[in-house]
Amino acid sequence: MVELTATPFPPGRYPLLIVGSGPGALQLTYSLRRLGIEHAVISADPQPGGMFRHWPIFQRMLSWTKPYAEHERGTPAYERYDWNSLLADEAANRAIMPTVMDGTSYFPSRPEMERGLVKFAEATGIEIRYGCRWESISQDGNDFVLHTSDGVYRAPIAVFAVGVAEPWKPPVLDVEGVAQYGDLRPVETYADRRVFIAGKQNSGFEIASGLLPWARQIVLASPSRTRLSVDTRSLVGVRARYVQPYEDWALAGGVVILDASIDRVERTASCFRVHTKSPADGRVFVFEADDVIAATGFVTPLRDLPQLGVATFGQSRLPAQTPFWESTTVPGIFFAGTIMQGSQGLKKHGIPSNSGAVQGYRYNARVLASHLAGTRFGRPPERSVLKADAVVPFLLAEASRGPELWHQRSYLARVIEIDSDRGITDEGIQPLAHFVDDGGQDAVAVTLESNGREDPYPVIYVRSRGIVTEHLLPAHPLLDFEGPEYQRELSSTLRGVFDQAMLPSAQ
Amino acid sequence: MDVRDDLVDILAGFSLFADLSTPELESVVESFGEETFQDGARVLRQGLTGSNFYVILDGSAAIRVDEVDRSILRPGDFFGEISCLLGVPPVADIVAHTGLRCLVLPGNELERFLIAHPRVMFRLLQGEARKLRTTTRWLS
Repeated sequence: MVELTATPFPPGRYPLLIVGSGPGALQLTYSLRRLGIEHAVISADPQPGGMFRHWPIFQRMLSWTKPYAEHERGTPAYERYDWNSLLADEAANRAIMPTVMDGTSYFPSRPEMERGLVKFAEATGIEIRYGCRWESISQDGNDFVLHTSDGVYRAPIAVFAVGVAEPWKPPVLDVEGVAQYGDLRPVETYADRRVFIAGKQNSGFEIASGLLPWARQIVLASPSRTRLSVDTRSLVGVRARYVQPYEDWALAGGVVILDASIDRVERTASCFRVHTKSPADGRVFVFEADDVIAATGFVTPLRDLPQLGVATFGQSRLPAQTPFWESTTVPGIFFAGTIMQGSQGLKKHGIPSNSGAVQGYRYNARVLASHLAGTRFGRPPERSVLKADAVVPFLLAEASRGPELWHQRSYLARVIEIDSDRGITDEGIQPLAHFVDDGGQDAVAVTLESNGREDPYPVIYVRSRGIVTEHLLPAHPLLDFEGPEYQRELSSTLRGVFDQAMLPSAQ
Repeated sequence: MDVRDDLVDILAGFSLFADLSTPELESVVESFGEETFQDGARVLRQGLTGSNFYVILDGSAAIRVDEVDRSILRPGDFFGEISCLLGVPPVADIVAHTGLRCLVLPGNELERFLIAHPRVMFRLLQGEARKLRTTTRWLS
C-alpha cells in the first residue's frame, strides 16, 4: 500500500506542476505518469478526494455507477454505465467504484465516492504532497512561480485542478443569516420551519429534497423557469434524483416553486421577509421565512490567476480555455477537473459538455496528458495503422461503444487520419473543436451527438483539403449503429470524399 | 435582484431588450448562458448543424462567408437566429474579434423564448427587416 502521508515533491523546480487532489488531479497525474512525464503534485487537502471529501451535502452522489450492465466491468464499454470510476490502464484498477458500493443505491454515497478515490490513488501509486497550500502565483521568465505553505515551486507548465466549489451569492442575498450551500445546519434543526431557497438548479433542489421531511414550507425561487434533465435529455436542468420537490409542487403538496426575482431580503426580529416579483406579470409576493438559503451557484477559486492575466467568464468565473484546456490568455497555464467546463467546445443545440462532472473530465484528462506529452515533452503517442477494410467497422464501433464519445457528446471525437504515405492511422481521441477549427491533413472524426429532443445519433466529420463537412447518421432506437444500413451509409460517405484506393469497397 | 447586476445593466441598453422590465431582464440573464471566445475562434460554423442564438455583450465578430469577411457585428447585435428559426445550418462563419463575450440561448429554445417575450420578437423582426433592407440595397 502506498503511504499517503509521505511528503514527496519538496519545493523546487519541476517540468510540470499540478495543483489539486480531487478526481481531476488524480486522473491527470495517473495519465501523465503512464506516459513517463515527470511532474509534481501538491494539494492543500490531507488526502485524495477533493470536494467529495465533504459534498454533496446530503451525502449521495448525483452520478450513477451500475454494478451490473450489458458489458463486463473493466471494459471500455462498461465505462458508459459507470460514471464515477477513474480510468486505469491496468485491469485491476479499472471500475473501482462498484467494488466499494454497498448495493443500496446505484448512486454512490459520498463516503463511497471518497473511498473509491482513495483506493484508486493507493492502488495506482499516485504521489501527492498533501497539506501544501498554493497561496499565490507569479511569472519569472518562462517559469510560473507558485508560493505555497511549504515553499516556492517553479514550473513552465502549471495545471490547476482546484474545482468550482466555492459557493457564490448575489449582493441581494448578502444579508446576515442567509446561509449558503455547504453551511447548512443538521436537517433536524429545520423541523417545522419555513425555508426560502434562492435558486432552482440542482443545488437548490438537492437542499429542498433533503428538507422535505423536516421543513413546514419550502419555497424555491429564481427568475426563470425550472428545467428538468428528463425534458432536455441532457445534464441541463434538475436531475431526476432531486425532482421530488417539483412533483410535490405540481401536485400542490405544499412546496412552492416560483419564477420570480428577489427584490430584497429583510431581517426582522423573528424571521426573514423576502420580496419577490414575477418577470411575467410583475406580481409581487412577500414571503416570511425562518431560513433563507442561497443556492445561486459556485465560483472557481483562482486566487491571483486573474491578476496574472488569466481571463475568466460567467458567474462561475471559469477561466476561458482553448480546446486543450489551456488558458486563452496565459499560455502554459492549464486546467483539469471540473474547471475544464470552461473549454466549451461546439455546444451544439445548446447542450454543454459533461466536463463539469467526473464522467466527462476523466477523459479530458487523458487527452490533456497525451497532448502535453506530445507538444511539450516531445513524446507523441504511438499511432496504430488501420487497414482500409477496418475503417468503417472501427468508426461505427466507436459510435456504438466508445465511452469518450458517449460521455462527451459533440465534444470529444475519435479521429483517423488518411495519408497516402502513412496509410490510415488511429489518431486517438481529440476535442471536436480542435478537429473542426484547427485544420490539418485529411481525416475523419466520429462523434455521438444529441439534439435535446431525440435519441443520440453518430455524426461523421470529414476533413478534406482543409474543409470540414458534417454527415449525420440516423438515430437508432436501440442505440446500435453497427448494422448493415450504417455500414453502407458510412462507406458511401467516405468513398465520396477520399481516394478510392484508400477506402473499403461498398458493403 | 438575484442574478448578475452587470449583465442586466448591459442588456437594458440593447435595443433588442429595450421593452423589458428589470425582472424580465433578470429572467433573460438566467435563461441565457454566457460564453467568451478567443480572437479568431469560430462561434458559428458554416454548414454545421446545432447552432444557437447569440447576443453580443462585448467585443466584435466578423460574418465570414467562404473565407471572406462581409460585415462586423458589435455589442447589442445578435446572430444565429436564421439558423435557429429555420432549423438549417448557418450559411456563414461568425468569427470572434477583440474579446468577444456573448449571451447564448440554445437554438431549440428560441421559439419558446420569443413567444414568451413578444416585444423582443418585434424588436428582432425589426432587426431582420433592417438586414433585409441593407441586403436589398447592396444587391440593387
